[in-house]
Amino acid sequence: MIHETLPSPPTYYEEVERKGYSRREFMAFVTTMAAFMGLENSAIGQVVHALETKSRVPVIWLHFQECTCCSESFIRSSHPIVADILLDKISLDYTETLMAASGVQAEEAMKHTMEKYRGEYILCVEGSVPTGADGVYCMIGGKTSLQILEEAAAGAKAVIAWGSCASNGCVQAARPNPTNATPIHKLLKGIPLIKVPGCPPIGEVMAGVIVHLVTFGKIPELDRLGRPKAFYSKRVHDSCYRRAYYDAGLFVESFDDENAKKGYCLYKVGCKGPSTYNACGVMRWNGGTSFPIQAGHGCIGCSEENFWDNGRFYERASAFAGFGIEANADTLGKAALAATGVGIAAHAIATNVRKHKLIAGKVQEGKISEKEFES
Amino acid sequence: MLRRVYVWELPVRFYHWLNALVMVALVATGFYIADPLALQSQREATGKFTMGWIRYIHFAAAYLFFFNFLARIYWGFVGNKFANWKQFIPVSGTFFKEMWTVIKMDVLMMKNREHMSIGHNALAGFTYFLTFILFLIQCLTGFGLYAAMSDWWFPQLFAWVPALFGGDILTRQIHHWAMWFFILFVVIHIYLVFYHDYIEGRGEISSMGGGWKFIEEEAFEKEHTHTPNPE
Ligand code: HEM
Ligand code: HEM
Ligand code: SF4
Repeated sequence: MIHETLPSPPTYYEEVERKGYSRREFMAFVTTMAAFMGLENSAIGQVVHALETKSRVPVIWLHFQECTCCSESFIRSSHPIVADILLDKISLDYTETLMAASGVQAEEAMKHTMEKYRGEYILCVEGSVPTGADGVYCMIGGKTSLQILEEAAAGAKAVIAWGSCASNGCVQAARPNPTNATPIHKLLKGIPLIKVPGCPPIGEVMAGVIVHLVTFGKIPELDRLGRPKAFYSKRVHDSCYRRAYYDAGLFVESFDDENAKKGYCLYKVGCKGPSTYNACGVMRWNGGTSFPIQAGHGCIGCSEENFWDNGRFYERASAFAGFGIEANADTLGKAALAATGVGIAAHAIATNVRKHKLIAGKVQEGKISEKEFES
Repeated sequence: MLRRVYVWELPVRFYHWLNALVMVALVATGFYIADPLALQSQREATGKFTMGWIRYIHFAAAYLFFFNFLARIYWGFVGNKFANWKQFIPVSGTFFKEMWTVIKMDVLMMKNREHMSIGHNALAGFTYFLTFILFLIQCLTGFGLYAAMSDWWFPQLFAWVPALFGGDILTRQIHHWAMWFFILFVVIHIYLVFYHDYIEGRGEISSMGGGWKFIEEEAFEKEHTHTPNPE
């Protein structure tokens, strides 16, 4: 068997050198990553040291109900070293999309990693797990996604939930969620888990998370929803370059108007930036080229929970569940207000009818007093 | 003979009118935040701050609203019997009986006998209790959203709220829906204040001004307990 003859795994830096990168390029990579991770300058040395001395961390990357956009995003992250060392070389011991092996051999490779590196490997999960109909909606090699996930997680050091599918279910979990697609944090307990939501997440963010794990040997600081703080602590709105127009109150009213041409804020055409926590405004996409808002389209909130059910993409007010798609909170509110008005009018009339004697008595009493004043 | 009773002490009146003022401000600015006007301007964006000011007013009013609300809760423990928390929370059978009486009299109009509660009647008290719960929800969701925009420690105390709802989007929707409750409350509330003033003639409307209400001497003699939750 091959794995018995494997030499001890090389360090990351050895891999970088072997690939033909210069020291300078390596340092540029580390500095970029450190900046993305929000580390202080002094920590750069630490990262360099870690990559020079630590050998590759084995990674198992599972694909369940997903579209592979996370993998696509990852392999397109801007710095070539990301793809080269983190993907080629780090060790993707098993990933359906990119590995050369297939069938029995692939399963064998995974089993091998799971046994040999028990407690050491990182488990990356892309996609949600369908638990409906006993899991038949997504089976690989005769096992349900849930079985595969549980087996792989049992020996993992940490789990990364890539993308919105693994973090919150994404489109498969949208109402009525026919396959009962379930995000993985609901299925795994008692294991460190990092959610990296987004549809897909930004490639540099994914690389940053992995570099952090490799460098510091522990998961990055997470926020209340389990996302790395370095990338998800600010709203898109807070780093949006159109923010000045928002504060000024100048908005695009429709995508083809003059305001859209001027680059006004996209809030009124449904931008979810004010409620979405992500790094798009800072890191942007495709090597810092652009991001949706820069391209003139509002943020759709793809990294937020249940974003497919969180209202429409091109409207601010969202439909009110159960009342038809045209009814939002304000239409219902106005109807309730009208009903209240009618109710009040009816009550006022009824009062004057039913309590006629009482009111007449009071009027009488008042009039008598008035008369008495005159005399 | 009408007997004068000091019902609403100054802190209650102060609370009431400050609350009414900031509530109007919060609803108005809240609507604007939810659906801003289509402004046009030739100026540079940096020279304008319309949305900024509206939000500023919303947040300033929000602070007033919250601390005013806290002050009222405090007064519910140290104020007079008409301001006491027992006026709001049904903790006795008498409270429920009185609520039923009020419903028969003022809602179903089955009875004509004057109900001579002098503070809040039981049904009104209970409605305010529900309103206070909504106040709380509005403050929790509001400050929860605000936490992301502020560096001060106080709003950070509420940062767990959006996490509870899985994020800001749903939190914001709840915040928006709850607004409609306040709008309906205010409309009905003002109507009922006028209604009671009209059919009872005991200075209901002006009571939130000077604090006085009036009760017939015989009624006062007959019913010594004028709170729905007597000790
Ligand atoms: C009676 C009380 C209140 C009413 C009626 C009210 C109403 C509203 C409405 C309608 C919105 C717009 C929501 C949307 O986008 O659809 C809003 C936004 C907001 N409100 Fe309130 N609100 C109240 C109290 C508060 C309080 C106590 C706070 C605490 C700080 C608060 C903080 C906020 C924040 C942070 C936003 C989001 C603003 C933004 O993202 O620019 N609100 N409010
Ligand atoms: C935005 C508008 C208003 C709001 C939010 C509001 C809210 C409230 C609340 C919360 C209470 C309970 C007071 C307590 O014991 O703490 C109350 C009582 C009262 N309010 Fe208002 N109010 C508003 C407008 C008015 C107006 C316009 C009047 C008319 C004069 C009025 C007259 C009264 C009176 C007389 C009471 C005590 C009567 C009772 O127990 O039912 N309010 N109001
Ligand atoms: S375009 Fe969206 S994110 Fe940018 S300022 Fe406007 S609302 Fe905020």
